[in-house]
Amino acid sequence: MALGQLSADPEEAAPELAAGRLARLLRPFVGIAVPATAAIAALLVGAAMLLAFGANPLVAYRELVTGAFGSADNLADTAVRAMPLALVGVGICIAFRTDVINIGGEGQIILGAIAATVTSMAFDDVPRALLVPMVIVAGAIGGGFWGAIPGALKAYAGVNEILSTIMMNLVAFHLLSFLLQDLLIEPGDIKIQQTRRLSENADLPLLPGGTRLHVGVLIAILVAVLGYLLLFRSALGMRLRSVGHNPDASQYAGMAVRKSITQALAFSGACCGIAGAVLVFGSESHRLIGEGGAAAFTQNAGFNGIVAALFGALHPIFTVPASFLFGGMLTGGSDMQRATQVPAALVVALNGVVVVFVVGSLRLRDRLRTWAGGISSYGGRA
Amino acid sequence: MSDFFTVSVLVATLASGIRLATPFLLSALGETIGQRAGVLNLGVEGVMLIGAYAAYITALRTGSVVAGVLAAMGAGALMGIVYAFITVVMHATQGISGIGIFLFGLGFTDLLFRHQVGTPVPIDGLRGLDMGGLSDLPVVGELFFQHSVLTYVAFALVPVVWFAMNRTTFGLNVRAVGETPEAADTLGVRVNVVRTQAIIIGNVMAGLAGGTLALDVGIFQQNLTSGQGFIAVALVYFGAWRSSGVMAGALLFGVVSSTVLQLKTLGIIVGANSTIAAMAPAILTIVVLVLVSRRIGAPSALTVPFERDN
Repeated sequence: MALGQLSADPEEAAPELAAGRLARLLRPFVGIAVPATAAIAALLVGAAMLLAFGANPLVAYRELVTGAFGSADNLADTAVRAMPLALVGVGICIAFRTDVINIGGEGQIILGAIAATVTSMAFDDVPRALLVPMVIVAGAIGGGFWGAIPGALKAYAGVNEILSTIMMNLVAFHLLSFLLQDLLIEPGDIKIQQTRRLSENADLPLLPGGTRLHVGVLIAILVAVLGYLLLFRSALGMRLRSVGHNPDASQYAGMAVRKSITQALAFSGACCGIAGAVLVFGSESHRLIGEGGAAAFTQNAGFNGIVAALFGALHPIFTVPASFLFGGMLTGGSDMQRATQVPAALVVALNGVVVVFVVGSLRLRDRLRTWAGGISSYGGRA
Repeated sequence: MSDFFTVSVLVATLASGIRLATPFLLSALGETIGQRAGVLNLGVEGVMLIGAYAAYITALRTGSVVAGVLAAMGAGALMGIVYAFITVVMHATQGISGIGIFLFGLGFTDLLFRHQVGTPVPIDGLRGLDMGGLSDLPVVGELFFQHSVLTYVAFALVPVVWFAMNRTTFGLNVRAVGETPEAADTLGVRVNVVRTQAIIIGNVMAGLAGGTLALDVGIFQQNLTSGQGFIAVALVYFGAWRSSGVMAGALLFGVVSSTVLQLKTLGIIVGANSTIAAMAPAILTIVVLVLVSRRIGAPSALTVPFERDN
């Protein structure tokens, strides 16, 4: 029986009305039900783990929050940490909305970083006003190319994109390692897997304020806005979302489904590739470093960006504050470790818990939404 | 290159390929059972890490490899219950919740390792069996009769899984709920119960695969599995959801890995070139996926949650 409807049975009429009123009151909050549930659940799981390690959860969380947001420097560090998450997250929004699961963020970040690095090496002396945009665009092209391959394989050969993007990650890890041991390694006797200090003209300019905050934060916000316009304010985005919602109906309506799938992964990869360029040229070393494994360079952003995007309800704009939150967890994690001796890896585990709770509570959200008289707007598998 | 083509080197390479194939085979066989029931578990990597850590810490504390193996399987079973709850009860999207399991396993094992152990302490790991005369046979002995007991378990599971899937009621039910859950339900098969069982079995095997890995190398470190769990999921597609195909894929990956290692040890491929060679398995997987994708269909209800319409 549809809720909110008057019941024929007078016995039931009164609670039904009350429920309807309650539903109306709660309707605006349904949208945040999922992230709120997930966040609370993750915090509780984290508190249980902290207790098990003999640490006081309140102290640990206080240190985490202070470390993340407690001062201008901490806020800047959090923002720097959040940039790749936001950029990858926007890419994830585009892919997931097209019902394409992009697990290849790590590889796309790396290819973007490689393309941007090679570009800066080739154009060492180009003035900064030109070289910075050039390396960002190169990053987008590199990542976009790495995303387009599994996109086309899915669209035209029916290859499961989850598997192909994971394999593309592995190829990218080895490619990075190869290049940094061979073609791109810093000349000299020291055999560390890193490039020379890249052109100063490609350094992402610091923003005023005396912190580590650089122009990458503006790039991330710009990409989020562009991602929003692409997805929700353009014919292309309409087509992508339509394909994500129902590929058969879209095909029937004359939309180019295969092209859309390829484009979605290419755009998604491009966003990740920009993250790669930002990681290189916004770093303090201004080098591409592969020492310590590829994950040390990507900071696992290819996966954590998925967490941010899901937490931001797969909306490019909301992904930005979500990334800031998760960036804060990552920066605050080390402060927590210092104060409580609980390793910062706790944060990675909690990110996993957040993902599970977000996708686990979507059903709850859809039920709430039906109950509150809205319609489910969630397309696709996400 | 001629150094490589000697009998002793080739035999050693193949033998270590069989050893390296073991974790792939165990986890991919488990994943096959889950996928046959219609559930994709992309979190194999995370479950393997948890199994690996459980085996490592148990073996370290008790000094018993057997206890380590049991702990790995127990940890896998626990993760199976969690994953069944997430996907079967809560209907969470399977591909993405698997990533959640992966991140959880990655972070959680790193957390426990740093907290409980800190600096890596090696353990007495798995030993090859000594089968007397058989193990001493030239060529054949080294190839087939000097492995650890878990390698034999893994390969013995290939026909067992085939038999269970194709010749038992349980297997019939698993395939039914993976292909047409509605029809299975009509016939009285409890779809979600069968799926939960398949998930738990698959996760126990993934945990065991991780345990095998840790006990084989005798050490634990952050991200010990380094992508092997993801490759295991791909191997299920590679093997077209058949245990023999999965075994072929696992052996291929094992032998390619051992060949790369061997060529590196012999100095035939030096320095950075070995990283190029290391790409081979991933590229091979993509090529195979292209070849098999159009020919063989996945279970029809793969990734589709089941709920009775009332």
